[in-house]
Amino acid sequence: MSLLEVRDLTVSYARRGRWGRPHARPAVHGVSFTVEPGEVVAVVGESGSGKTTTAQAVIGLLPPNGRLDGGEILLGGADIAGWSQRRLQTVRGAQIGLVPQDPANSLNPVKPVGVQIGEALRIHRRGDRRTITRRVVELLERVGLPDPEVRARQYPHELSGGMRQRVLIAVAVALEPRLVIADEPTSALDVTVQRRILDLIDDLRAESGTAVLLVTHDLGVAMDRSDRLVVMKDGRIEERGATRAVLDAPQAAYTARLLRDAPALRAPELLFAPTSATAETSATAETSATAETARDARTPRAVPVSTRASGVEDGPREAAVVVRDLVKEYRAGGRPFRAVDGVSFEVPRGTTHALVGESGSGKTTTARMVMRLAEPTSGSVAIGGVETAGLRGARLRALRRDVQLVYQNPYGSLDPRQSIADIVEEPLRNFGLGDRPARRERVRDLLDRVALPAALLGRRPRELSGGQRQRVAIARALVPGPRVVVLDEAVSALDVSVQAQILDLLGELQRDLGLTYLFISHDLAVVRQISHTVSVMSKGRIVESGTTRQLFESPGHAYTRALLAAVPGTTARTTRAGQVTRAEQARQEVTR
Amino acid sequence: MSGSARYLLSRAGQAALVLWAAFTAGYVLLQLLPGDAILIKFQNPELGLSPEQIAEIRSYYGTDGPGAYLHTLLGFLRGDFGYSIDTGTPVAERLAEGLPATAKLAGAAFALAVLIAVAVAFASCHTRLKWIRGALQAVPSLFVSVPAFWLGIVLIQVFSFRLRLVPVIGGSEVQQLLLPVLTLAVPISAPIAQILARSLDQVRAQPFVPVVAAKGASSGWILWRHVARNALPPTLTVAGLTFGELIAGSVVTETVFGRNGVGRLTEQAVNAQDTPVLLAVVVLAATVFVLVNLVVDLLYPVLDPRLRRVAA
Repeated sequence: MSLLEVRDLTVSYARRGRWGRPHARPAVHGVSFTVEPGEVVAVVGESGSGKTTTAQAVIGLLPPNGRLDGGEILLGGADIAGWSQRRLQTVRGAQIGLVPQDPANSLNPVKPVGVQIGEALRIHRRGDRRTITRRVVELLERVGLPDPEVRARQYPHELSGGMRQRVLIAVAVALEPRLVIADEPTSALDVTVQRRILDLIDDLRAESGTAVLLVTHDLGVAMDRSDRLVVMKDGRIEERGATRAVLDAPQAAYTARLLRDAPALRAPELLFAPTSATAETSATAETSATAETARDARTPRAVPVSTRASGVEDGPREAAVVVRDLVKEYRAGGRPFRAVDGVSFEVPRGTTHALVGESGSGKTTTARMVMRLAEPTSGSVAIGGVETAGLRGARLRALRRDVQLVYQNPYGSLDPRQSIADIVEEPLRNFGLGDRPARRERVRDLLDRVALPAALLGRRPRELSGGQRQRVAIARALVPGPRVVVLDEAVSALDVSVQAQILDLLGELQRDLGLTYLFISHDLAVVRQISHTVSVMSKGRIVESGTTRQLFESPGHAYTRALLAAVPGTTARTTRAGQVTRAEQARQEVTR
Repeated sequence: MSGSARYLLSRAGQAALVLWAAFTAGYVLLQLLPGDAILIKFQNPELGLSPEQIAEIRSYYGTDGPGAYLHTLLGFLRGDFGYSIDTGTPVAERLAEGLPATAKLAGAAFALAVLIAVAVAFASCHTRLKWIRGALQAVPSLFVSVPAFWLGIVLIQVFSFRLRLVPVIGGSEVQQLLLPVLTLAVPISAPIAQILARSLDQVRAQPFVPVVAAKGASSGWILWRHVARNALPPTLTVAGLTFGELIAGSVVTETVFGRNGVGRLTEQAVNAQDTPVLLAVVVLAATVFVLVNLVVDLLYPVLDPRLRRVAA
């Protein structure tokens, strides 16, 4: 008998329609899959695919407006779909654990973490106060937190994101449930932390034989960590099967497209290609013949990497951005703290330079100083040969025209009350460029350039999808005719297929307009596709820099190597066929 | 230790500064009023006093001249609030007469207001029936728009004259307090209920709530052990601010119900332009208000560990 069997699950959300009449919007249609004891099943899909709704339905925690319309959820043979909340309470925590998406907000801020772990035991009345306290310390130790007694008394805000996620894992496994639902457990974490957390989930699973239902948008994570894969789109299952089989020969066109678009999987051969022959070639030659054929074999319509990073002609180019010994010091409690510590780099005109690093590495602070949104403590920045320090008045405004920004969050960076036309036109109005008809003409022109239909001009941001919004943000950045564009995690919030489209667009715009990009990202796979040169930052310093090719093929610094190794999808690619699968390993552990 | 001590000290210093500002503003504004208590009391032609004589009386009371401000301030610091011009008795004495009654009224009204607010907010949060929820959510805005004097009169009409449940005059102390407390509590409960209901809703939408539910917690467990404490700080702030209304409301309530107290004293002092009494009332109200809000501020770090200062 399967541990979990979902049959024909159908879920809808109540919405207020036109005239306030409620109507149901289906979110999941007839989804069926099984989870066997000790195995990892990944549910993969883009936003709106219904993957999270499916997971919420299994644990009986749909949002208030969600409704289970039909289907069966068999947990160990018993159909829990029709159970009351009161009855489900006996199952939650005890038989099904949950590892949530966002460690930052998933713990009650006013209670010590030890109390929150012990709560799971208290609710199900497992032991008295003393046994619970002891068990909490054991659990904290088990999930790899040093000084568990001290940690138990700390509050969530005193722990880092990775530590909080460990605490949440301790909560989920406190009662040794047979099934753990992990809903995007690492999406909010840095890549190296992500890897350690996923390793921890793997260890716990292998140890106790707990099955894991892993919900993720990240194909790389799913590839690395799952035995079987369920691919969802628009509330339906597109494809289902053993992970390796799906990876090697996707049956559904949608899966094939996802595989093609997933940045970590797009150029896998290049990551591990022999470095001797191709090490010093220019960025144009990035698609080696072998890589091309290898990729073609798997993906029907392969996009060569070089279409993203535009070709750099031979010979030296003038530098569009020159940064020298940039330092930013903050005073925290009297002690000075160097957020950026002696950063130098140059970006040749018409190329993309990426600043890569984990949160707190100083990459965004550096970008802010390049744009002169923050004043450097020392050091210099020159844009197009002009020193930016000390610029004020009209000359500072000229710099603002020259250097534009595209921000990470396309939901927060557009004024919800303005129309798209007004948003894109605003920089022209601010800089006093052209008269009204000329400005409108330019707005239409740019919307066309970012491939948005003119019909959107009168719409508001909320009527647009995430990808469309990011195109609007790009159009707005380009409208005053800048030479340098700072892209701060500009594609990080987007689904992979949309991400791929936006990256294509950015490459195209760079080639057509001769733009220089400063690309800030934590995502190495994306960086690899768009940038010509890369600086890797850690703790305010550049630990390594060079051409994208050098860095990815022969990383010199240990930190760069750690970052590269942590990119999801790496394990899946390096595991050779014929190895024991995870489920088999786990089953062996259990039977032993 | 030194960090939190310094914080306490600085907060106390700020409170003292606010009190001084309230005193000064009250003093200046009362001076600016056209006419004064001395005129009202002595200008009656029957007394036959000439303007010169009135000026002499004024200088006797020490309400004139540049030294007066400093003199009054020092007096207040020593606890000497001067003499009522209207009755000639020490202001401190008159305040002491009214204070216990008003404290009883205001304290009971505040307790009742909190009770009503918590009941309304949690009920609107707990119920599943949409129309009950809607009705409960409308209660605060209804309450806040009810004027205290009108409510007082209606309550007397209904409970005393129609239903004869509460005697208008006489009766036990509790009976006497019942209607005034209700009159004062209802408008004050409204903003507290409003903010509490809204914070409860906001906290319930936070991602940690489903995580608690996933541990197997019941909705009651979630509401009382997790949501309530997170929703408390904004509610406390508003509750502290309603103390201002409590003071203003007691003037109306005591007048409508004919009770003696600081509110009634204020009303009489305003009619007589009895500046020393008014100034003392202003400073008393400000002191209560500042102290209550100081306590609220100091409670914040107790309720929310994120606000606790790390001793440097």
